[in-house]
Amino acid sequence: MAQMNLLHAINNALDIAMNENDRTVCFGEDVGHFGGVFRATSGLQDKYGKTRCFNTPLVEQGIIGFANGLAAQGSVAIAEIQFADYIFPAFDQIVNEAAKFRYRSGNEFDVGKLTIRSPYGGGIAGGLYHSQSPEAYFAHTPGLKVVIPRNPYQAKGLLLASIRDDNPVIFFEPKRLYRASTGEVPTEDYQLPLGKADIVQTGTDITLLAWGAQMEIIEKAAQMALNDGISCEIVDLRSILPWDVETITNSVMKTGRLLISQEAPLTAGFASEIAASVQQECFLHLESPIERVCGLDTPYPLALEKEYVADHLKVYEAIKRSVNF
Amino acid sequence: MSTELYINGPVVHTPTFIDGHSVEIPELKILKQDGSVYKDAELPEIDQALATKIYQTLAFHRVLDERMVASQRQGRLSFYMTALGEEAASVGGAAGLEPQDMIMTQYREQGALMFRGFSLENFMNQMFSNEKDLGKGRQMPIHYGSKELNYMTISSPLATQIPQATGYAYGQKVQGLDAVTLCYFGEGAASEGDFHAGLNMAAVQEAPVIFFCRNNGYAISTPSDEQFKGNGIASRGVGYGIKTLRVDGNDIFAVLKATQVARAYALKENAPVLIEAMSYRLGAHSTSDDPSGYRTKEEEEKWQSNDPISRMKNWLLAQNWWDEKQDKALFEQYREDVLAAVKVSEKIQKPHIDTLITDVYDVPTTQLQAQLDDVKAHVNKYPDAYPFTAGKF
Repeated sequence: MAQMNLLHAINNALDIAMNENDRTVCFGEDVGHFGGVFRATSGLQDKYGKTRCFNTPLVEQGIIGFANGLAAQGSVAIAEIQFADYIFPAFDQIVNEAAKFRYRSGNEFDVGKLTIRSPYGGGIAGGLYHSQSPEAYFAHTPGLKVVIPRNPYQAKGLLLASIRDDNPVIFFEPKRLYRASTGEVPTEDYQLPLGKADIVQTGTDITLLAWGAQMEIIEKAAQMALNDGISCEIVDLRSILPWDVETITNSVMKTGRLLISQEAPLTAGFASEIAASVQQECFLHLESPIERVCGLDTPYPLALEKEYVADHLKVYEAIKRSVNF
Repeated sequence: MSTELYINGPVVHTPTFIDGHSVEIPELKILKQDGSVYKDAELPEIDQALATKIYQTLAFHRVLDERMVASQRQGRLSFYMTALGEEAASVGGAAGLEPQDMIMTQYREQGALMFRGFSLENFMNQMFSNEKDLGKGRQMPIHYGSKELNYMTISSPLATQIPQATGYAYGQKVQGLDAVTLCYFGEGAASEGDFHAGLNMAAVQEAPVIFFCRNNGYAISTPSDEQFKGNGIASRGVGYGIKTLRVDGNDIFAVLKATQVARAYALKENAPVLIEAMSYRLGAHSTSDDPSGYRTKEEEEKWQSNDPISRMKNWLLAQNWWDEKQDKALFEQYREDVLAAVKVSEKIQKPHIDTLITDVYDVPTTQLQAQLDDVKAHVNKYPDAYPFTAGKF
């Protein structure tokens, strides 16, 4: 075990992946010698050489197009998009190409060895173009897996699982937690399962569900609710696609209430998909309407970030609304 | 690592434009229409066996295209795309490669797949989306692919294969393979962002990839003078610092020679090459298109006299490697073969209902399995509405 922040954990996972297979290649803007603008790939070029860890030109569609070809060839392609806000030039290569590569060829070809890493989310005074949470766009695309870790331990285990999974995976990293989140992380190799939610705390009155950086928000709100005598079950979804319907519905059938919190805007966010499925599966168990505590349906603001975000106070109010319905 | 700029030119003290059309690009021509060879022209490496194989592939291509358009007109097939008049680009390109080289295409390069030996049955099964299609009946006709033949499955979105070819070739380089990637696309696709992304990355990342532009003059109805300015697509290669060749695309030997030379260079130098083959799309864009709405008969006639297949035939006749009787018999045989294959393939049943959810992921998710179970229960309830699958699972 070692004390690591979330960046160290990611760097450590990449190091293990590159060390175990000389066909593993890491690339993206500023990823090479500099080690990435957040330093997630720090030291990898020195250790594995310029052929396997390198800078690319500033062209997101090219990075993912290149990554698709590389993965189809049988190499392990780990591409970085510097900010999730800038992933959209690569949308076609992700949605029309990576996601459909295996299906459209009848399994003649696939890009299962592709992993796309990208920092996402707000809370760093990044305004509308350094704060977005675009997971729902990709969750609407069959063929992709979408994974978001909440802390260093989760980040390392989930990233190694993503790299080794035989499907294209988008791995969104909560950049607000890159250095803020620290914890004990095993130095050896381990994996955490994709497609499985994690029950962080058991409770009896309401299920609180979130992912990534939003986890510490709902944990804080749960603590406030506890002082009011409300027992919250806290669940980290971890995988947005495919998502763990069973763990969530089992929890809701037990507590009778569900609150979902996401950083992204409310309308057509992934919380909406969860709410629709849960009401279908748990209709007669629900004691109150499913609460969604999300960003507003606006671009991500700068000066008024505090008012915009789904913070612990908004979550706390929603918990009380649900319990007192 | 260097920040040194690439400076190649004199210093001037008054504004001095470089004209946007000033890049002069030579065009390689080896074979004349009458089958004779240009004086001083250097033939590609070719023997009678290869020459015969190339010609037979061209002939098969012409016949398959003719018969499948007819099948589409008869309502037997939903859609087809011919490569009439520009068959030499795909067949000649494939002939200049080794079998281990990857070919990535746009959609009008079935000739490359024919050269690699994709069977008539495989072509048919793909076009009729039946259960024997390697692609499991998921894509529209002509979206072929074969792992065995190193021919990447075609994807409808234009130009997406270009940066992918760069990545594929980079992987070949990292592994130290004796293999390159050849990537076909049209001059229209060269307007897409992926073209520029792919070429720039190939140059910077030093990938052994051959970019092969079929400049056939039209993107559906849009002629090339409404598609781009400058000296063709070849001039773009110069801008990206890529070795570039322009060839007569209706000259099978020019195409073959260019590809042979490009392959040797890409492999030896770990660097990309751009080939621009000048040709003309004599046929419609697809069976859903009618070119009489946007171009003249006179224009088409001019190019009909440039036919690449008769050009090669004339050369073969001059070598005494071929005769008219053989020629007639070959075309007749292919017509019979294709007609017979259509009759077989169109009767083969549709893929099994379980293939609705396979290959989305390596293993179907529990949600997908549940959705399939729902569909099956529904089909069983209303079997008459779902004749392809009802009673078959």
